[in-house]
Amino acid sequence: MEAPYLAIPSMGVSAPPVQPSPPDILKQSGQREVFCGLTSIVWLHRRMPDAFFLVVGSRTCAHLIQSAAGVMIFAEPRFGTAILGERDLAGLADANEELDRLVKDLLERRPEIRTLFLVGSCPSEVIKLDLAKAAERLNNQLLGRVRVLNYSGSGIETTFTQGEDNALLAMLPLLPSSDEEQLLIVGTLADVVEDRFRLIFERLGIPTVRSLPPRRSTDLPPVGKGTRVLLAQPFLSATARALQHRGATLLSAPYPFGVEGSRDWMAAAATAFGVPADRFATVLDPLVERGRLALAPHRQVLAGKRLFLLPDSQMEIPLARFLSRECGMELVEVGTPYLDRQLMAADLALLPPATQLSEGQDVDLQLERVRAARPDLVLCGLGLANPLEAEGIATKWSIELVFSPIHGCDQAGELAELFARPLRRRALLQLS
Amino acid sequence: MELTLWTYEGPPHVGAMRIATSMEGVHYVLHAPQGDTYADLLFTMIERRGLRPPVTYTTFQARDLGGDTAELVQRSIRQAVERFQPEALLVGESCTAELIQDQPGALAGGMNLGVPLVNLELPAYSKKENWGAAETFYQLVRTLLKSQLPAPGTPRPSPSRWRQEGRRPRVNLLGPSLLGFRCRDDVLEITRLLGEHGIDVAVVAPLGARPADLVRIPTADANVCLYMEVAGPVCSWLERSFGTPVVRTVPIGIGATAAFLRELHGVLDLELPADLQAVEGQPSEAERRSRLPWYSRSVDSTYLTGKRVFIFADATHAIAAARIASRELGFQVVGLGSYSREQAREVRAAAAELGLEALITDDYLAVEKAMGEAAAELVLGTQMERHSAKRLGLPCAVISAPLHVQDVPARYSPQMGWEGANVIFDSWVHPLMMGLEEHLIGMFRHDFEFVDGHRSHLGDGAPAAAGAGEPEATAEGPAAAPDLAPGTITAADAVREALESLWTADGEAELAKIPFFVRGKVRKNTEAFARERGLERIDAEALYDAKAHFSR
Repeated sequence: MEAPYLAIPSMGVSAPPVQPSPPDILKQSGQREVFCGLTSIVWLHRRMPDAFFLVVGSRTCAHLIQSAAGVMIFAEPRFGTAILGERDLAGLADANEELDRLVKDLLERRPEIRTLFLVGSCPSEVIKLDLAKAAERLNNQLLGRVRVLNYSGSGIETTFTQGEDNALLAMLPLLPSSDEEQLLIVGTLADVVEDRFRLIFERLGIPTVRSLPPRRSTDLPPVGKGTRVLLAQPFLSATARALQHRGATLLSAPYPFGVEGSRDWMAAAATAFGVPADRFATVLDPLVERGRLALAPHRQVLAGKRLFLLPDSQMEIPLARFLSRECGMELVEVGTPYLDRQLMAADLALLPPATQLSEGQDVDLQLERVRAARPDLVLCGLGLANPLEAEGIATKWSIELVFSPIHGCDQAGELAELFARPLRRRALLQLS
Repeated sequence: MELTLWTYEGPPHVGAMRIATSMEGVHYVLHAPQGDTYADLLFTMIERRGLRPPVTYTTFQARDLGGDTAELVQRSIRQAVERFQPEALLVGESCTAELIQDQPGALAGGMNLGVPLVNLELPAYSKKENWGAAETFYQLVRTLLKSQLPAPGTPRPSPSRWRQEGRRPRVNLLGPSLLGFRCRDDVLEITRLLGEHGIDVAVVAPLGARPADLVRIPTADANVCLYMEVAGPVCSWLERSFGTPVVRTVPIGIGATAAFLRELHGVLDLELPADLQAVEGQPSEAERRSRLPWYSRSVDSTYLTGKRVFIFADATHAIAAARIASRELGFQVVGLGSYSREQAREVRAAAAELGLEALITDDYLAVEKAMGEAAAELVLGTQMERHSAKRLGLPCAVISAPLHVQDVPARYSPQMGWEGANVIFDSWVHPLMMGLEEHLIGMFRHDFEFVDGHRSHLGDGAPAAAGAGEPEATAEGPAAAPDLAPGTITAADAVREALESLWTADGEAELAKIPFFVRGKVRKNTEAFARERGLERIDAEALYDAKAHFSR
């Protein structure tokens, strides 16, 4: 498959033109130290302030989201858990009645809610509580006042960021059909980043740019033959495929991390919309230059340092590409919870040849590889960070990457800084 | 089915993890789906642990459910035993695994693992974290002591057998665990305190203990139940089965520490030292070892008198806080409650002593509402109440789990014993001082010397008018309405405006002459008085009528 930015050679192609054969992938199964898909509620509810995410699950689900969210800033957050009790397990008919009652109470308390997501969990999946039916029933009862959707964020089916994929997939049937020419950015972005992207696309002369998920849950973009989809996040496999099914074209590009990735990502859109090369250069060149300037001090810290990425958010491959190509880091192992070759094609092509990839996890075995390799920095989840630090290995926790604005040329410096900070800090401390 | 937004306790298997992680040489194989590993971060982040919790998760996925999940359990158990070589193994399941009924404990039982095995059955759909911790601790101790169980009818060992055996008396400290409140330092403080009285500590558990230490539990002359949430059941069982007496007084606060020592001397048949003898109306000599009695008597503390305090915590800390607040600091306890349903009886009794009805709930919104309605001036609670208090603009000190990373301080800061009382005095009084300071900022805001940019220590969202002494902004009805997020205090403001319009100009003028730190209370009382009497306007005379009415 040809990367679309190759169509504009005058822009200065940054990718090697030949696709290297995929390196061997290490596949192991065992204990996985990853969050489940429910965790993505933590950023989805912020993206759509008029939506409520109701997990139908157990106390464990409630505790997970609370622990992942960190602090309870809001008196009543826009997410919650309908905790199944013993009585709900005894009779499913009652469970449905209970759910209806609870939703009714909730919506009475929260009249500002326009969309309610019923989110399936491990227990609700195992007892086969049919949330699709529940959503249909509630939609009838609510007469369009609130739209009820359902998806699964269960750990038996999804990891961490896949929850967003399922949530967006649930919204797709509501998207109106239109063959209007538009660029559709798919995947949650920080508002500040999204505003920047829109401005840049406007400067490039792309007339219509829309986002999924939208900022208001009811403000859904249309989809159809004129839709060009640009994925802002690397974990939206099912959504991307479903959009293609609705007639949209999926643009292949690296993900917009770092200067090069962001530039190539925009180039993919520019190519698709026939933006003249000189116009692209006029708009992007200053951004690229400024981005590289911002990167430079962090590159000094990161260059030559050895990085081990543990599987967590599904952003590992694009981040590895950014950190190796733009920051000069050496990749020891790039772990990913699961590998979607189509969605990762452009980023995989840019990884150094023979990069060791691993898919899935046996955490004990993987940690043994970490200890043996003694990398300078490990990207990992919160459960592993302090234990690795205690062994003398510097870490960067991955959850920060899904909460921070890290996309785009303008954020490349900040993104590199997140990785340079643990190393800088180690250099600063004079404790032993 | 019950709607939960934020919860005080995790599921029971997290309680089991607290026991396993508190100990050494114990491993826990947990049959659980992908995602349940989140619980590791409670220990590595909140407690800043430099070790992964000793837990192996089977992390089954949907595709495993079609196949043989029992085989997955057995493989996980075998690998965990080989890799970690535990001295005792806990096997259990989380909520989802409970539904698929693989019975991992029974599977492990058939594997001839050669290590003591505890099959944990923790009903995830009816029980919670503290129950799970207590049950796990109890089951583990029971399993390890099985071979030592005295035959029925064996006479109880004399608690003074230490005398015949020619050694110092010794006790076990039971209950301290990770994610408990200041357990690390409480153990040090109590060990030191006991040492001063010639009492040795045999076993501290679960915190820091190995399975082999638990085996030594019956060698102690008495068990000290430091945290009933975790050690209550095991202490009762040891008392029933081994005849070991239990000291249940929790040494938090001056009075309780003295009572604890007296109880312990009684149980161990030790002579009560002179410095512990109670003297009428005076703290005993021993109590002077803490600075709390003098600090509380010193004139500076006069302003603490009658401060309205709202308390919500686990049972151990709620009960202790109520006693300290009312007896040792001269506060008025205006609300007392706990999320510990298992210990509700004890909390209710403590509340009844203060003429209150205990609030037993795990709904933090009900707690926030009660806090507002009680017109509290200081909140003593968990991390949940800290957030609620922040929203209501009230000073707050955290006194109990659930906790956050800042509740695990680097410095030595026990709650128990003489030093614990010092720590408590400082940490409860400090937020009140800050509350007063807040008022001074409010008072002088309009003076020309006032430099703009004085930031509230209560955070950006603290409603300017709702400080410690003016609880009316947080009181009643609309203040408890759904969205109390920072900046949305408008409903309460509207109510206050309506009430303010009751005040005539001379009424307001008179009110303004009253010192700011009692003004809020006077306003509230006067308005209540006016409502009761059906007054349409509150003028200066009505204010003085109300003052006279309430001074009776």
